[in-house]
Amino acid sequence: MIIHHPLLGPRDSAEFVYLGAAALMDRPDPETASADDWHDYAYLRDNPAGPHRELWFHEGGDRSILIVTRDTTTHEITDVALARPAGAQI
Amino acid sequence: MHDLTPITALGGTSQRIDTVGDVCLTEMPDVALASVAARRGKEARCRAALKPLLNADAPPPGRTTANAPFESIWTGPDQWMLLADFTTHEDIAAHLKSHLADTASVTEQTDAWVCFDLTGPRITAVLELLCTIDLTWFETGDAIRTSIHHLGCFVICTETGQSVRILGPRASAGSLHHAITTAMASAL
Amino acid sequence: MTQTNRLDGGQIDRDATLSFTFDGKTYAGHPGDTLASALLANNVRLMGRSFKYHRPRGPLTAGSEEPNALVELRSGARQEPNTRATTAELFDGLSAKSQNRWPSLAFDAMAINDRLSNFLTAGFYYKTFMWPAAFWEKLYEPIIRKAAGLGSLSMQADPDAYDKGFRHCDLLIIGAGPAGLSAALTAARAGKHVILADEDFRMGGRLNAETFAIADMAAADWAAQIIAELCTMPNVRLMPRTTVIGAFDHGIYGAVERISDHLAIPPAGKPRQILWRVNAQQCLLCAGATERPIAFENNDRPGIMLAASMRAYANRWATTPARRVAIFTNNDDGHRTAQDLHAKGVKIAAVIDTRPDAQRSHDYEVLQGAQVKDTKGRLGLTFVEVAQADGSSRTVECGALGVSGGWNPNVHLTCHQRGRPTWDDGLAAFVPGGTLPPGMTVAGAANGALSTHGALQSGRDAARKALGLKGRAPAVPKAEDAPVNQSPFWYVQGCSRAWLDQQNDVTVKDVKLSHQEGFRSVEHLKRYTTLGMATDQGKTSNMGGLAIMAELAGKSIHEVGTTIFRPPYTPMAIGALAGRMRGKEFHPTRLTPSHFWAKERGAVFVEVGNWLRAQWFPLPGETHWRQSVDREVTATRASVGVCDCTTLGKIDVQGSDAATFLNKIYCNGFAKLAVGKTRYGLMLREDGIAMDDGTAGRLAEDQFVVTTTTANAAKVYQHMEFVRQCLMPDADVQLISTTEAWAQYAVAGPNSRRLLQKIVDADHDISNEGFPFMGCANITVCGGLRARLFRISFSGELAFEIAVPSRYGDALMRRLMVEGEEFDVTPYGTEALGVMRIEKGHAAGNELNGTTTALNLGMGRMVSKAKDSIGSKLSERPGLNQADALMQVGLRPINADHKVTAGGHLMNATGPVDAAHDQGYVTSAAYSPALGCMIGLGFLKDGGNRLRERLRLVSPVTDLTVEVVVVSAHFIDPEGERVRA
Repeated sequence: MIIHHPLLGPRDSAEFVYLGAAALMDRPDPETASADDWHDYAYLRDNPAGPHRELWFHEGGDRSILIVTRDTTTHEITDVALARPAGAQI
Repeated sequence: MHDLTPITALGGTSQRIDTVGDVCLTEMPDVALASVAARRGKEARCRAALKPLLNADAPPPGRTTANAPFESIWTGPDQWMLLADFTTHEDIAAHLKSHLADTASVTEQTDAWVCFDLTGPRITAVLELLCTIDLTWFETGDAIRTSIHHLGCFVICTETGQSVRILGPRASAGSLHHAITTAMASAL
Repeated sequence: MTQTNRLDGGQIDRDATLSFTFDGKTYAGHPGDTLASALLANNVRLMGRSFKYHRPRGPLTAGSEEPNALVELRSGARQEPNTRATTAELFDGLSAKSQNRWPSLAFDAMAINDRLSNFLTAGFYYKTFMWPAAFWEKLYEPIIRKAAGLGSLSMQADPDAYDKGFRHCDLLIIGAGPAGLSAALTAARAGKHVILADEDFRMGGRLNAETFAIADMAAADWAAQIIAELCTMPNVRLMPRTTVIGAFDHGIYGAVERISDHLAIPPAGKPRQILWRVNAQQCLLCAGATERPIAFENNDRPGIMLAASMRAYANRWATTPARRVAIFTNNDDGHRTAQDLHAKGVKIAAVIDTRPDAQRSHDYEVLQGAQVKDTKGRLGLTFVEVAQADGSSRTVECGALGVSGGWNPNVHLTCHQRGRPTWDDGLAAFVPGGTLPPGMTVAGAANGALSTHGALQSGRDAARKALGLKGRAPAVPKAEDAPVNQSPFWYVQGCSRAWLDQQNDVTVKDVKLSHQEGFRSVEHLKRYTTLGMATDQGKTSNMGGLAIMAELAGKSIHEVGTTIFRPPYTPMAIGALAGRMRGKEFHPTRLTPSHFWAKERGAVFVEVGNWLRAQWFPLPGETHWRQSVDREVTATRASVGVCDCTTLGKIDVQGSDAATFLNKIYCNGFAKLAVGKTRYGLMLREDGIAMDDGTAGRLAEDQFVVTTTTANAAKVYQHMEFVRQCLMPDADVQLISTTEAWAQYAVAGPNSRRLLQKIVDADHDISNEGFPFMGCANITVCGGLRARLFRISFSGELAFEIAVPSRYGDALMRRLMVEGEEFDVTPYGTEALGVMRIEKGHAAGNELNGTTTALNLGMGRMVSKAKDSIGSKLSERPGLNQADALMQVGLRPINADHKVTAGGHLMNATGPVDAAHDQGYVTSAAYSPALGCMIGLGFLKDGGNRLRERLRLVSPVTDLTVEVVVVSAHFIDPEGERVRA
């Protein structure tokens, strides 16, 4: 696959490490979350046939983690964004 | 002055040079390196502080600068690798930190990497056996971090179609050297 | 034997003669020949035996779709089975053997199967080997395995090298026939980066096999002229001998280039093949079409081949399978073969045309409305029996028969993602359909444009469209533009042993039988009969099978549909997939800074991840590794030892939020760690399980050096980036790995400080007061070299870790050895390191095994409740905190001579030994020189409260039962006095 890195353009997916669903970014608030919230966060994943937001770590590149929206049925990638927005300028 | 004798990444006391046809691979032990990562919220100040060191604006993604005293490579968002002559800038990290102060995190990287220069008119034939870089558009001043023989490497175009510099992980210098010379024998 | 079937003309170099052997016999051919064309020129039609019935077979085709003429090419380690003689480029000294026959190709004992064909029908295995079940393993499977397969392997390692490579282009054109050449020229002249790949060693496709003209030139000459022009263009890369094997995601194509297959041995340093990963913005599939046969009784005899292949042999390779041939066709293309061969002086015995209104000829007899009923000739065709239009029979004597049933577009690569070919009634063939791989366009015969003019035009137009070229289209040269006139004619009625799939010996009768037995989906048909399987993947056979199925089901072919195709398009060497990653080069090797020194000392190395680490340093006279390891441990504990621990991951964590960040990733607190201090840290996964441990030294208010275990370095770095970028995006933290930048050595033992004092520059106080346990500092050594010093201990002794820039690591180690002579300094390896950490009760990878928690590790109280950290919440789960939770303990055998083994399970002193009564397990074990017996670390239920209890350590797989006693995991210096000395 080719992932269009927001900063570096098209890059081979072999340079990336798959880190799982982008839902991992929504870590429960330790102050307020219930045991169920933690259980859901740690163990439950959506498994959509269609668009899926997921994290790809550009380990062989600039070490950015990207949020990639990929259709699991076609591998079509419709959106790529930096998980951590860059500073004022890149 | 200390009295420890360094060895090169390939384990020699002098640089190793390999030639196949008209392409030459040269180990470059005298390159001092340091990474500079802008502190969060101080990105603009970091860039401003870098400018006199680079004699240029800090490079954008995929690009380098090549002016004295410090060359630079974009390595990530708000992050660069600075290069200098080891013989005059062994203290590169301390030197940069004194200029950049609290605008950036500076980390010595000199011996984290092995540096090779690959030069000659047919380097493209060698590189296409090693990495996924689109060499049709790879021009002077471009730099890409990519995998060579499963090793994360920086490939810097120092002269279009003629010369690249490859930075690879130092501990794997031997494996990287083997991969490049094997590709040279294969392609040339 | 001379080349008795060699004709005039052709694209072979008659000035050079190549000598080759087939089944031990020597023949001659010319550069430009394939093995098949050279054998035919030498009047050899018989080239193989069929898979199941061992029927004599000759080439059916002249290309990569060949089902029959499979040979073992080369000998020794380079012997390659199932190589198609029709694509093997002839070279001097080539040796080939026929396969699947015994004792010889002409007399094959296994041909008895052919007589037994009534039993060996479709589904034979499924029906026959069902019962009794016990016979399967002992009897049936060995017999089947022995009989199965075609060629044989050399059973030796492949001596050749294979490369992988990466290329990029605006337009990848697959196939260099008329459509491909026309497209390439259009794109190239527009300045686009073009890759033109063709599986053949000579580009031009069908143009090399035809006699008609393009732009008033011979077609082959026109092709050569275009190729010559493309050769001069810097934006074009021609890749002959290159098979595009698959269309993968996002415009990535796999292509196997045969660099040295046409040479006896690859030149030194050169690969045999290169697997290219072509990244194409757009792709044009110009793969042409494959002629399809007609099934009739005994249609598989050597000499019977596809008519256009026969024409290709004559026109391109100047050879004919026989001097007297006949043609059986249902379309005009068969007549073209008759004309071309006639023009070359080959006698045309007759053209048998199924159409009553077929064109007549002045040059040879045309039997209108006739069909081939049967053929004769055991090892090669002698004559065919023809049923004429009026019902009469007639015998036509001929040594070869060209068969033409029309053409099938080569749609294979269109199916590699979501494409599903659709039936075109006008063409009576499947054409590309469904969703093609994004960026792929199909042109020329592959898209149903079967005339030369149609192909040229279609290639040009498709290239323009794919690349978005504007302006007036350049004119297409004048070329043959015969209307496509294909009507379905799949098999001659009344036949039964009429081969559809010659490679798998599937007949018309087999397809009918499988239908009768209820296998009615195309996919079931394929699995039940094996139609379309094996090396040719049914390129010539699928269509016929589907058509018969449709007929039996009373459906249209469109309704029945087709099986689809997967990569690779043609078989490829496994070596090409492996590339250079074989043996020692499977992964890169990482060497420590002291590697060259350790090698000089004769160290024994062990692979730890990609690292090579010194495992122990044998001295003269030591014959067993335990002698070396015991000595290293004893010497270190007695005086001082040095171990290279560079391999531990080192991550530089900087920024004003660095301490906050560490507080998040470690379950214990780091915010209050003073500058100049180091702390042990335990990282949990979010589910509460321990992930990794290490130390973090605070070098400045805003700088920490974090260490990880060797094995987890990359994973921990990844995890830290995840926390930094995804969970704490606003924090001011920067991470960078510095593992390889610093050579780091553990200097351990009661004399470690005295040794280091000789190295560390005098202005740095490393006394116990000046640099207490868990201190860290930037220092200088040996007269001013920058270095880092950590007072940490993995061995349980007074110990330090000292780091210098890697290039000085070799010199520092040598210096430590010289300066340490007065203390009998001993280098130690990973085994001694392991023994000492087990003696000290430190957890390592065996204990941090992905199932254990801080509580299990005896560090439950370390998990801070005062802050949130990764895993802290879920580590509180009741399931992980039961009263009898596993706790790390030490274990000693009651009898000091008994063995303790890691992996063994703990059972109560009495009672049953089974899973239900399991009390825990042993994770690490070693011989402790200090204690004089083996010791172990393990996890025991409620282990904290079971000190001094006797247990049984059992290992049913090694038949071991040992009595052990539970002790503290800290076998050595439990009070920790040594490390603070």
